[in-house]
Amino acid sequence: MTLRLRICHLYPDLLNLYGDRGNIMVLVQRARWRGIDVAVDEARLGDRIDPDAADLYFIGGGEDRQQRIAAGDLVRLKRGPLEAAAEDGAVVLAVCGGYQLVGRFYRPAEGEDLPGLGLLDLWTEHPGPGARRLIGNLVIQPEGGGPPLVGFENHGGRTRLGPAARPLGRVVSGFGNNGDDGWEGAVSGRVYGTYLHGPLLPKNPEFADRLIREALSRRHPGIELAPLPDVLEARARAAVLARVTKAESG
Amino acid sequence: MHTLPVIDLRLTAAIALGKATAALSRCLRRGGGTTMPGRVARAVEPRVLGRLARRLAAGSVIVAGTNGKTTTAHLLAHIMRTLGHRPVHNRAGANLAAGLASALIEHADLWGRERGDLGIFEVDEATVPRVVPQLAPRVAVFTNLFRDQLDRYGEIDYIAGLWRSAGASLAADLTCIANADDPLVYEAVRGLPGRLVTFGIEDERHALPALEHTAEARYCYRCGTPYAYAVTYFGHMGRYHCASCGVRRPAPDLTGRDLSLAGPDGAELTLDAGPRGAVRVRTVLPGLYNVYNVLAAAAAALQLGAGLPRVAEALATFAPAFGRAERVRLGEREVQMLLVKNPAGFNEVLRTVLATGPLSVLLIAINDRIADGRDVSWLWDVDVEMLAGRVAHVVTSGLRAEDMAVRLLYAGLPAEAIEVERAYDRALGRALGHLARGRLFVLPTYTAMLAIRGVLERWGAVRGFWET
Repeated sequence: MTLRLRICHLYPDLLNLYGDRGNIMVLVQRARWRGIDVAVDEARLGDRIDPDAADLYFIGGGEDRQQRIAAGDLVRLKRGPLEAAAEDGAVVLAVCGGYQLVGRFYRPAEGEDLPGLGLLDLWTEHPGPGARRLIGNLVIQPEGGGPPLVGFENHGGRTRLGPAARPLGRVVSGFGNNGDDGWEGAVSGRVYGTYLHGPLLPKNPEFADRLIREALSRRHPGIELAPLPDVLEARARAAVLARVTKAESG
Repeated sequence: MHTLPVIDLRLTAAIALGKATAALSRCLRRGGGTTMPGRVARAVEPRVLGRLARRLAAGSVIVAGTNGKTTTAHLLAHIMRTLGHRPVHNRAGANLAAGLASALIEHADLWGRERGDLGIFEVDEATVPRVVPQLAPRVAVFTNLFRDQLDRYGEIDYIAGLWRSAGASLAADLTCIANADDPLVYEAVRGLPGRLVTFGIEDERHALPALEHTAEARYCYRCGTPYAYAVTYFGHMGRYHCASCGVRRPAPDLTGRDLSLAGPDGAELTLDAGPRGAVRVRTVLPGLYNVYNVLAAAAAALQLGAGLPRVAEALATFAPAFGRAERVRLGEREVQMLLVKNPAGFNEVLRTVLATGPLSVLLIAINDRIADGRDVSWLWDVDVEMLAGRVAHVVTSGLRAEDMAVRLLYAGLPAEAIEVERAYDRALGRALGHLARGRLFVLPTYTAMLAIRGVLERWGAVRGFWET
């Protein structure tokens, strides 16, 4: 039976602030390089989604205005299917603005609270229009081991986790969820949220492979992926790590 | 007529210190003193910018927007020079308040009398509200708004809001010149005081088959409905309308028609100024994005009293600003630098260099200093895929050489075609090594462009940028 990675990209034209589509490109190429068939479905405003039609759902980031447009649609049309898919072992990856929307709510700098999907037990509050944005290179050490994850962050909102979500990792350099508790991102089952963009997956190929493996294993339990060279990817990550270390010691 | 200057010690001291700083900076070869003189002078006399600008007999023009500021300002200065004006402008892209003040100090004598008569200033998007009250410009040109340097500004809506808020301090006799094809610009400036003059392109042969991935303005800024585009040229530039609230691209006052693009060698077009007539113009500036710069500069020149024939003559003799399509000879070979700073511009540059067929080599140099934008995630919004199968070697350089290399790999270029060389001189050497003769295209971000120009200068191929 041929392997097929089925991806659903939510709001590709609305939530794509920081090269977020790069995450999709990486998932697609890394699957294809291994001879795995890939299908990418795009779900836009007003589209209904099917919890059995994809094994990996991706949500990127947007400006406050785009986030507000997406939030209403997410809760109205996508919440049920996404809950069902996650319950059934599908992977959900949410970055930046998307990360804030998979929590319980987002309280923006101005205006009413945006309701969240509640897929992760967390909430986000923006301290106000004058508050400092958390911007810069971000390096975290994932909980449960593995190489550090590197990227860039740029967010005004401060995220705090409830008891049902675990952090994705500990901040080595940068701000992370809120700049004060030392944690970054959140995980619950196969639902991942993070402020790491850059985009996230190109310089963190092991993490990309983990997502591909988990997504495929929903329908192909015990699947293993053949290794890829990852020479340029490793160099790119090493370059960021070297800069961050230099900045901290200098 | 000669009037005796009234000595103003504070202003004179500010100018003298500014000039001394510029001289020192040139001696130390610290980048030509394009902002420090202004900073020093402003510490002595905080109003130095406004006080010197007021002495420009023909007033000031500002040029703001994400792409094309430097080229548009240079084009306009060139046209106005042929009309006998003596423009004062911030040449080296130093476009914050200190850079503007530095330019005025450089062109003033110690009593604050300006040698020039017309200020032509490119102004950083976010600096517009801060400098407008001091400069009191006659003409304000708004080129376009793209997602750029998000780490610095946060969000694109924020810039549009800043421009709207600048309205309160603009004079009622101001003329705003705006890109009709950019819904973000049009929406931001249509409510400003004064007269609105628009420019745009009408040539469906150069339309893209679909809205590009990088397009920003997909949803109406007034009511949130998706814009309907009858035609798109690049990014979100095109003929749009909103079916719900009725906002639509206005009929431009100055239209570019019958475009003929000659790849990296330039372009021809007809400038149609409606009742004022039409003229055919030629420029060495390549690509559709430069057609917009030509239109912006021509619209401003017409507003400042130039006639169409004179505009056409001046455009034909214009040589590019450094790093912006500038060509440098190196024996049998030539280097042409095309600045890249955001996805829409990068896409246009790629289309331009590929217009004449496949390339043997390309050099891409990406930095992430403040002036480049510290966040390089935008590289993933560029349609780098168009290079796959159309370039044999790509050398990547700069502080983010590795990030660009990964982007190329995932765009479908084979790993063997990608060479990472962070040092600019070695990268240039390697790229030139793949080229026996002909032209090497170098695609740098802003600070990488300065650095590569520095290498070419050391090689004796170009002069220092403060000498240009």
